[in-house]
Amino acid sequence: MQIRVNAIGCVGHGLCAELLPEWIRLDQWGYPIIKSDAIPAGLEAHARRAANACPTLALRLERG
Amino acid sequence: MSTAARAGDLPRLLRGLSFGAPADLAGHLEAYGPLPAPRELGARALIKLVEHSGLCGRGGAAFPTATKMRAVRAARGRPIVVANGCESEPISAKDALLLHELPHLVLDGAALAARAVGADEVIVAFEESNSTARRSLEHALAQRRAARSDAVRVELFVADERFLSGQETALVSQINGGPAKPTFTPPRPTDRGVRRRPTLIHNVETLAHLALIARHGAEWFRELGTADEPGSRLVTVAGAVSAPGVYEIESATSLRTLLSAAGGTSAELGGLLVGGYFGSWLPAAAIGQLDLSRGSLARHGAALGCGVLVALPASSCPVAETVRIAIYLATETAGQCGPCVHGTAAIARTLHGIAEGRAPRTAFADLERWTAELPGRGACHHPSGLVRFVSTALSTFAEQFDDHARHGPCHGCDGDPVLPFPAAALALA
Repeated sequence: MQIRVNAIGCVGHGLCAELLPEWIRLDQWGYPIIKSDAIPAGLEAHARRAANACPTLALRLERG
Repeated sequence: MSTAARAGDLPRLLRGLSFGAPADLAGHLEAYGPLPAPRELGARALIKLVEHSGLCGRGGAAFPTATKMRAVRAARGRPIVVANGCESEPISAKDALLLHELPHLVLDGAALAARAVGADEVIVAFEESNSTARRSLEHALAQRRAARSDAVRVELFVADERFLSGQETALVSQINGGPAKPTFTPPRPTDRGVRRRPTLIHNVETLAHLALIARHGAEWFRELGTADEPGSRLVTVAGAVSAPGVYEIESATSLRTLLSAAGGTSAELGGLLVGGYFGSWLPAAAIGQLDLSRGSLARHGAALGCGVLVALPASSCPVAETVRIAIYLATETAGQCGPCVHGTAAIARTLHGIAEGRAPRTAFADLERWTAELPGRGACHHPSGLVRFVSTALSTFAEQFDDHARHGPCHGCDGDPVLPFPAAALALA
């Protein structure tokens, strides 16, 4: 599973980086920088939580 | 299938230019011969033929044409075809040339694309400023209606005059009545595009090649180029060459061959821009070793993209050229994606500071970070394209950038720009 952001929908709330710091960090303007590799199994539940918490629903979990 | 056109001969697409009155249907048929009828070349056979030819998109992304056709055929709904002639890259002139001088070749290709995917409607899109394309297409369509040569309905669409206008999803958005801005994918246009129908979008040069492949076959197409990159292609050459313009070359030919087709260089060169404003800067010393194949260009971190090549004379300042275009591209974002809006503006502003000799000490480190972080983080390739343009400039002209950062503008900074840009961009400089 990979995590991807809809960059048009994202307005930089930054919750995702708080909930999934192992995989997402923010640039200097507050927009997420996401690792492009497949998410390790141990982080999948956290990734789901981050996607659900996004206020603009801009995070997508995609089957690799 | 006609074999009248001898293999290996160039020009292929531009053959009709020498026959006079090319917009005329009779002249067109005389130059290129008739199209095979649907019973001679049906949808499946046509897609197979395109696949065997190895034809790839000529709009910049080089996506395999047959794969796109198959995706549209596999999608649910009645397909529609869009001929993309929105040549928003300021230097490129090949699509305008085709639409103006050889509209029948483009319309043949569009009709064939419609045949391949079972569409009964074609939209030919071009930019507002391209009024000669409009007149030429209207004239050509009237002749085709009189001759009953097409089984499809063809409409013209005038697109916004913006750098991103021709981006596939932005074009679909405009045709659907929305803004000229890219949309998030999925859905891809091949699944859901114009009027929510599966939409086959091809660059007009790609369609022109299709018109010839249908006439002469895949083997004929492959007689030029290499196994990986078969056929010919149109290239726009600008800058310090004796005869700037659009040329048809064999795919993957040497850079020297292309430069001599354009009359040879007319001054000592300071660098080369390959692939237009989303392309790469290369040192002039690369000329001797470079051919225009994917592999050779990739080794230099470049790609031919939309087929633009600029020879920058040594008398021009590469820093000033780069800064102007970076500012232009930063003003041409769609304004939708945060990383692109902020990142491209920061890059352009910092480059401008360097050119003026008043950049902060962190300028080069900032640029390095931004150019590393930005690619791939927009809905379209705009941020990635700008980063390629800027980071290859920084590496190719490292000395000149360093010199400007320390001492400010050089003698070459005041010279006439080699790379054209719409004047509005300078207001922000």
